[in-house]
Amino acid sequence: MKNTFTILSEDNPGVLMRIAGLIYRRGYNIESLSVGHTDTPGVSRFTVVIDGEEGAYDQIKKQLLKLIEVIDVINLTKEGPFVERWLSLVKVKAPLSQRPDVLQTAEVFRCRVVDLGTEAITLEITGDKGKMIACMEAFKPYGIIETAGSGQVALSRAGFALEEIVETSFTDTEQPL
Amino acid sequence: MAKINGAQMVLKSLEAEGVDTIFGLPGGTVIPLYDAIYDSKINHVLMRHEQAAAHAADGYARVSGKPGVCIATSGPGATNLVTGIATANLDSVPMVAITGQVPTTAIGTDAFQEADTLGITIPIVKHSMQVRTPEQIGPAIKKAFYIASTGRHGPVLVDIPADIQKSFGNFEYPKKISFLGYHPEKGTDLTQLDEAVKLLENAERPLIFAGGGVIKSGAAAKLTELAEKLQIPVATSLLGKGAFPESHPLGLSLGMAGMHGHPVANRAIMTADVILAIGSRFSDRTTGKISSFASGAKIIHIDLDAAEIDKVIGSEVWLVGDAGTVVDALTTSINRKYCDRCHWLEELELIRQREPLPRTEYPGQIAPWQIIETLREITGGKSVLTTEVGQHQMWAAMHYKVEEPGRFVTSGGLGTMGFGFPAAIGASYACPGEHVCCIAGDGSFMMNIQELDTCARYNIPVKVFILNNSCLGMVRQWQEFFYEKRYSNTLYSRNPDFVKIAEGMGVSGFLATKPEEVRKTIEAALSVPGPAVVDFRIPQEALVLPMVTPGSPIDKMILY
Repeated sequence: MKNTFTILSEDNPGVLMRIAGLIYRRGYNIESLSVGHTDTPGVSRFTVVIDGEEGAYDQIKKQLLKLIEVIDVINLTKEGPFVERWLSLVKVKAPLSQRPDVLQTAEVFRCRVVDLGTEAITLEITGDKGKMIACMEAFKPYGIIETAGSGQVALSRAGFALEEIVETSFTDTEQPL
Repeated sequence: MAKINGAQMVLKSLEAEGVDTIFGLPGGTVIPLYDAIYDSKINHVLMRHEQAAAHAADGYARVSGKPGVCIATSGPGATNLVTGIATANLDSVPMVAITGQVPTTAIGTDAFQEADTLGITIPIVKHSMQVRTPEQIGPAIKKAFYIASTGRHGPVLVDIPADIQKSFGNFEYPKKISFLGYHPEKGTDLTQLDEAVKLLENAERPLIFAGGGVIKSGAAAKLTELAEKLQIPVATSLLGKGAFPESHPLGLSLGMAGMHGHPVANRAIMTADVILAIGSRFSDRTTGKISSFASGAKIIHIDLDAAEIDKVIGSEVWLVGDAGTVVDALTTSINRKYCDRCHWLEELELIRQREPLPRTEYPGQIAPWQIIETLREITGGKSVLTTEVGQHQMWAAMHYKVEEPGRFVTSGGLGTMGFGFPAAIGASYACPGEHVCCIAGDGSFMMNIQELDTCARYNIPVKVFILNNSCLGMVRQWQEFFYEKRYSNTLYSRNPDFVKIAEGMGVSGFLATKPEEVRKTIEAALSVPGPAVVDFRIPQEALVLPMVTPGSPIDKMILY
């Protein structure tokens, strides 16, 4: 079963390579990966969906935690409920003859129209993975020209949120362990 | 405050860290750095290859316990460091590698001697940084030393573009550095201490298995105290040699276990009911077939690195923390009377007598173990001994009894041929006034033989003892056992003349071909001032035995 990890890290150059490389190096596939800034300046959140063997996820988490720039790691699939969202942009064929039907279908999935041309409409869809799949199936008969997806973003449910980030320091007066 | 340039900041930072010796080789993008070295009181050892510089820093670190420092230029200099960094990484050795980089304006243009050093080394470092302004140099180097030498030790690389080395700025070495996500001080978890105590108190056939973590944490004496208090025999991994005195007066040492382990150590692991594993990551060379490793034992796993717990071998009880801290906690917590262990110790003593290490004789020829044991007798085990990688390494591990930590230096995890000789050079700077011995094979020695020149230039008292079987012996042995004696590319048509090479490089060379020459040749080599090389001719057919066939349980040994 695929597991979703949320990783907080310093947003230094190269940290994406360290995280992605570590997962690849230990023999696992990244199904989806999204990165963005958080409300804390200098801190990024990675949402990574990993396809691996059951039992390997604990090891992946421990190894990720060893990266110096990684602040915290939660395996959302294992550690409590979480909310997930995907965002896709879909360019659907929509000449005047079938435009009302396309828009009606878009309405059903609460898509937003973000661009409109003579022959096509670009729609924005957000939702969980199931909705993405259903929505794509629904637009297929009209003709999908192209799509772009964000991959999964996820957060643990309120009340199970990550602890506050605490910066700790090492000064000369302390003995290094 | 007078402004200084980035290169001078690097040297000031190293001085502030108390660095006395660095190993390296200049090149285009580190000329500013070498210009600053020209004025510094830090001793720079000019090596002949960057790989050797990394191994020397590694050897220095393993003996001194302080981070070793090496320097290389960008591009090929940095890529030459890679093997040395990977070696340090797999054996958890604290190292700070400083590399030059093309100027910031040229990065990404495929400039002359440009390589993506950070990208290349990411999988083999504990951490790495590239500085982009002179102001970042002090904090980067302070972080590098802190990261390398705290938690589970490892190599840290700092990449410094040439223009940053030349830029001027104000400099004050930081007193304080902060991390959002690195908290080695919080790494201890002893919640299962009581369970561990209970298991140990009730064990009938307990065993301590000590790895390199015991040595890294300086916990060897504490471990000895625990083993003596509980009357528990101790086996070690290859890197654990020195964690417990191998000539222990109460016979508690079983020696090294694993693929070429002592029969008694391997059998003890397979028959123990409780194993206290300390600072070992259960390498495949230790475990043999994982599913049958210690199948009758409950394992108490102690490691500083939580990721090692249950990574390879599942544990009944685990404790995370520095070996010294955890062993102390165990020693003070166990106060009850213990089960009688005499029977178990007697049983092991019988195995030891019934299955001693094989000592095959070769009439008229020198046996490999004879060299190792004679050297051990002459030095009394006091000298630092490094090894290269191969048959000689295993003969040394089996027959050279080590009594204290930091005296046996070998590349265990990566198995790097070419490691031992430059590591001996580094080690000798960590123990000035002493000689350092290197047990080498003819194949391994050829991989960094150019460093003879370094030994000669600085008159470094490194004594290289080549167990010369005129072949790539360990692979030849596998071909003999598992590939129908098809000796593909392991035998060669001629041998280099090691005595002449040594003399050509300004090092005393000795040759010994007969058993009766062994002692006096070793004594002669040890008594010349400075470096020496001894070419011991040993039979090509000599095998490393016992041997566990790869993929077999460790009590299935080829004994003779």
